[in-house]
Amino acid sequence: MFRRAKEAGAASVSLSVDGQTIAAQAGDSVAAALLAAGITACRTTPVSGAPRAPYCMMGVCFECLVAIDGVGSRQACLTRVRDGMRIETQQGKREAGR
Amino acid sequence: MSERRDYDVAVIGGGLVGSAIGWGLTRLGQRVAVLDEGDVAYRASRGNFALVWVQSKGLGMPEYAAWTRRSSDGWAGFADTIKAETGFDTAFQRPGGFTLCLSEAELEARALTMKRLHNQSRMVEVPYEMMERPALEKMLPMIGPEVVGGSYCPLDGHCNSLRLLRALHTGMEQLGADYLPSHIVETIEPRGGEFHLVTTGGDVTAGKVVLAAGNGNARLGSMVGLDVPVRPQRGQIVVTERARPFLPYPVVTIRQTDEGTVMLGDSVEEAGWDDRVGSGVTSVIASRAISMFPILKSLNVVRTWAALRVMTQDGFPIYEQSADCPGAFVATCHSGVTLAANHALVVAPMIKAGRLDAELDVFSARRFDVPKS
Repeated sequence: MFRRAKEAGAASVSLSVDGQTIAAQAGDSVAAALLAAGITACRTTPVSGAPRAPYCMMGVCFECLVAIDGVGSRQACLTRVRDGMRIETQQGKREAGR
Repeated sequence: MSERRDYDVAVIGGGLVGSAIGWGLTRLGQRVAVLDEGDVAYRASRGNFALVWVQSKGLGMPEYAAWTRRSSDGWAGFADTIKAETGFDTAFQRPGGFTLCLSEAELEARALTMKRLHNQSRMVEVPYEMMERPALEKMLPMIGPEVVGGSYCPLDGHCNSLRLLRALHTGMEQLGADYLPSHIVETIEPRGGEFHLVTTGGDVTAGKVVLAAGNGNARLGSMVGLDVPVRPQRGQIVVTERARPFLPYPVVTIRQTDEGTVMLGDSVEEAGWDDRVGSGVTSVIASRAISMFPILKSLNVVRTWAALRVMTQDGFPIYEQSADCPGAFVATCHSGVTLAANHALVVAPMIKAGRLDAELDVFSARRFDVPKS
């Protein structure tokens, strides 16, 4: 669905998403890395369970919430990727304490 | 705008007190108008903490403990009736509730308050238990290390008070009551055995009038010979994002709602009509809540707000019929959620009958006229 405007240049990093490894570029936001890897549903809502994807990409809509390294409800669009980062998509209400 | 302008009862105030009374009267076949302000209103009914709470109420007036217990006991049936009539689930639960103490001094003070409450003559029976940490941990395993103890009352509970308000409005309108928003009452004139109300939305005439306008009752009372000394008292609330259920009991300052959010409260400030949130108070609310349940620090805060309680000088409600203008009643309290069952099922029939029962005499504002010494 999404294609990078510029493929070359930045160093490659690898992330795990729900246990599966994906490649990203240094400097990507987590949201951009997910979309570039073809992962368009990052969570389901706590109310209806409808799937949600990163939308505004600038920190205001809170649609892109994911768990990053064990911490839930992080804004993927405001978090830079880091090699070895562990991303989990969120299903419904989050669990307090993680 | 309704064509029908003559009513048995005009209830002034469309919050929880007015709506509960309005719903109760409508179910008894009365023709009811509920007059409300608009978005300018302070709306304590939309800012409350939604506890249906019994423990520690009534120190200084044991009749208030009995009145509270009676409403709490009636709440489950009240909630069932609302649901059957409107389809709205008010999410009432009564698992019992806690007050938690973060120091030995707090725990001692709590135990003393509970003892004084129950030592009063004429005190109704309200079961409760003071708990040290080991007993508490059995019921609330996630308490933080700073919690030294607390009190538990099996009668305490909570609900979804926004849905309660919506259900009462839906219920009374289904049965034929007129809800009239943007009808700010400017004057009330008793004339010819009726009350003529001039409002910003037009005139309304009714056989009786019930003042249920929260802090607005002070202004309205003087129009019908009622002294209603109420003042705003600010409370602030912090709300987290929705989480899976993890807190099975309401705590007086922390509760997880049926929808998953966690509400943290409930501060007390004398700030006049200023209903703004202040970060100093919300920080203390959050910090104390995290001391009680450290797991809360993982949740994001999504909203904060402040609202104004409707407070008398002794903290107890006022129910009274005007001696100068019979047919004019006032009903005001700061526990519109807890007392909703009583307002709908006990007070409304008395208003229909035109007379408050003697058991409510103790709640007359005449109590403020008695010299203290």
